[in-house]
Amino acid sequence: MESLLWYATRGAGMVSLVLLTTVGCLGMLTVGRWQRPGWPRFLTAELHSNLALLSIVFLLIHVLIAALDPYTSLGLASALVPFSSPYRQFWLGLGGVSMYLVAAVIATSLLRNRVGRRTWRAVHWLSYAAWPLAVMHTVGTGTDGGTAWGLLLVGGCVVAIVASLAWRVAATRATRAEMDAVLPARRVAS
Amino acid sequence: MGERLAIDRIRCDGYGMCAEMFPEGIELDDWGYPILRAGTIPDRLLPLARRAVEVCPVLALRLVDTLIANRSAAGPAQTAGTAGIGSRTGSRT
Amino acid sequence: MSVVVTSAERLLAGPPVEAGAESLAAHTARLGPLPRPGTDFIAVVERSGLLGRGGAGFLVGRKWRAVADRAAGRAVVVANGAEGEPRSSKDRTLMAARPHLVLDGALLAASAVGAEEVIVYVGADHRAAVAAMQRAIEERDSATRLPIRLVEAPVAYVSGESSAVVNFIESGDGRPTASPPHPRDRGVAGRPTLVQNVESLAQAALIARYGDDWYATAGRGPTSGTALVTISGAIARPGVHEIEYGTTLAELVAAAGGATTDIEAVLLGGYFGGWVGADDLREVPLDPALLAGRGASFGCGLIGLLPGDSCGVWATARIMTYMAGESARQCGPCIFGLGAMAETTRRLAAGSAADGDLDNLARWAAQIVGRGGCHHPDGAAGLLTGALSIFSSEFELHQRERRCSRQPATARRVA
Repeated sequence: MESLLWYATRGAGMVSLVLLTTVGCLGMLTVGRWQRPGWPRFLTAELHSNLALLSIVFLLIHVLIAALDPYTSLGLASALVPFSSPYRQFWLGLGGVSMYLVAAVIATSLLRNRVGRRTWRAVHWLSYAAWPLAVMHTVGTGTDGGTAWGLLLVGGCVVAIVASLAWRVAATRATRAEMDAVLPARRVAS
Repeated sequence: MGERLAIDRIRCDGYGMCAEMFPEGIELDDWGYPILRAGTIPDRLLPLARRAVEVCPVLALRLVDTLIANRSAAGPAQTAGTAGIGSRTGSRT
Repeated sequence: MSVVVTSAERLLAGPPVEAGAESLAAHTARLGPLPRPGTDFIAVVERSGLLGRGGAGFLVGRKWRAVADRAAGRAVVVANGAEGEPRSSKDRTLMAARPHLVLDGALLAASAVGAEEVIVYVGADHRAAVAAMQRAIEERDSATRLPIRLVEAPVAYVSGESSAVVNFIESGDGRPTASPPHPRDRGVAGRPTLVQNVESLAQAALIARYGDDWYATAGRGPTSGTALVTISGAIARPGVHEIEYGTTLAELVAAAGGATTDIEAVLLGGYFGGWVGADDLREVPLDPALLAGRGASFGCGLIGLLPGDSCGVWATARIMTYMAGESARQCGPCIFGLGAMAETTRRLAAGSAADGDLDNLARWAAQIVGRGGCHHPDGAAGLLTGALSIFSSEFELHQRERRCSRQPATARRVA
């Protein structure tokens, strides 16, 4: 029994990481205007939002089971207050911070019309912090962090994000260059 | 009474996803920027229009009430025999 | 103080423009002290039918009424002397010669709409105007309780656009902003702001002294009053003139010493206006209502004479390149549309047209109208559409045969 919960939380944790990674890649593909004939671009954006919502489910499962599983004796407090648990305090804490950042990003996105574009954008940038924290949490806390398949999974996530990031930077630079080629930039101020 | 789409042209970055969502009301120009179809949106197409508003990554689109939008767009001064001028010249926003 | 003001000398009545800025003492001696009609003045301005002189031609009284309704005593008046249109010099000439007339108008507007601040917005490169307005403000210092300050506008075509004016004063960024909110609702410091052209204010200052009936005694056609115009290009004496509305183009050309050569076409209203064919030259009445009726525009009163040996395609290419360069670069249709139109007209002018260029020009001009964050692309598109019509045979020749009908040496000369 205890193994079941223990495996469930680790599994949910891994799935959360994969989902978070996918969401991050899709977000960067959206901003960079990735396109293929026959693939509507809105699908990239919508997948990004929908998978983000899905990740909440797995994140909740991961956090709640980890907190409430008698085997771990972490308790809800450890989950809700980062860096408060004696067990692998630092690495666990990183997960807590990541969780809150993700919550903020998702909450502001759901309430985008209320909070306004500027706030929404500013908070969204925090996702670039949430992901590496999640990776560090996985490797540092996760029992599977040391296993081959665990490292492979995490490695795959890192490769995906790094590749997407590189592509995103190049794509937005190309868009800027395209505009500058038409009309060189100019400041209208004295 | 009805609703139509209004766009913040400065925010718009030409993602073009709005036109994918709502092709009946939005088409893209030669450079990928939206051309909004004039007039009130038929009721049966409103859900698509709403999704177009939702999908825009920069929140450039919004739905406005046709009656109010037209009144505020006209401005305080109706043209006094200067019909050709009012719609084109610089100081009017 | 009973100066007989002839119908075409109102703003520029008094000492010659070349004499420089009229001092407060001289201004008061000539025209009397500043009248203080208060809020009732809006009705007077409305009755006069005074049209804005910034180019859009809105009813000034109605504009003041709209700001007064929202002001609650906290409005801001901006005297707009940015004059972004490069070949127009009427506003800077007015400010350099009659700064106190402009200030009178601004103060009258301020008390009429309920403003607590006046800002005078002058193009930074118009040094004589800046100096004259600055000195005039200092001369007024003790006389008014209202704070008046001068802000130098960036040198750009879009500088004079209302939201750009407010944006620059607020943040130093002189680009137009999205509207809503409109400056009359939320402008400088978030307060209702009246952005009014300096010539309009000067006209109001005269109306305050002589009345709306007096204002209507000038003007031969539907539009009453006088206006400042800038005539340039192939003309003997280019410069600023004050005319009665309804004066014909031929009369103005004669008053300015006559054209220096045959005229190909006339650019009316600035880059926001459009071309008028040379055949119409004699008959064109310079009256906003009549011009609008024929699809032309009085605009900011700029009249540019294009010499007969010029190539209309080159002239258009040069203007389109300028307009594209002056884009604030905030909106795709303006950046790409104007960029493409400029590049294509240049290609056509140079005799290296690609297939479909002419068709594209017409299509793009129609496509970008109303799709920018401000009206800058509309002006450029309107100008191009007009040019394609007036110079249609020239454009056809450049497209089909990739050559110009003008002598190579003169082909590039433009007004």
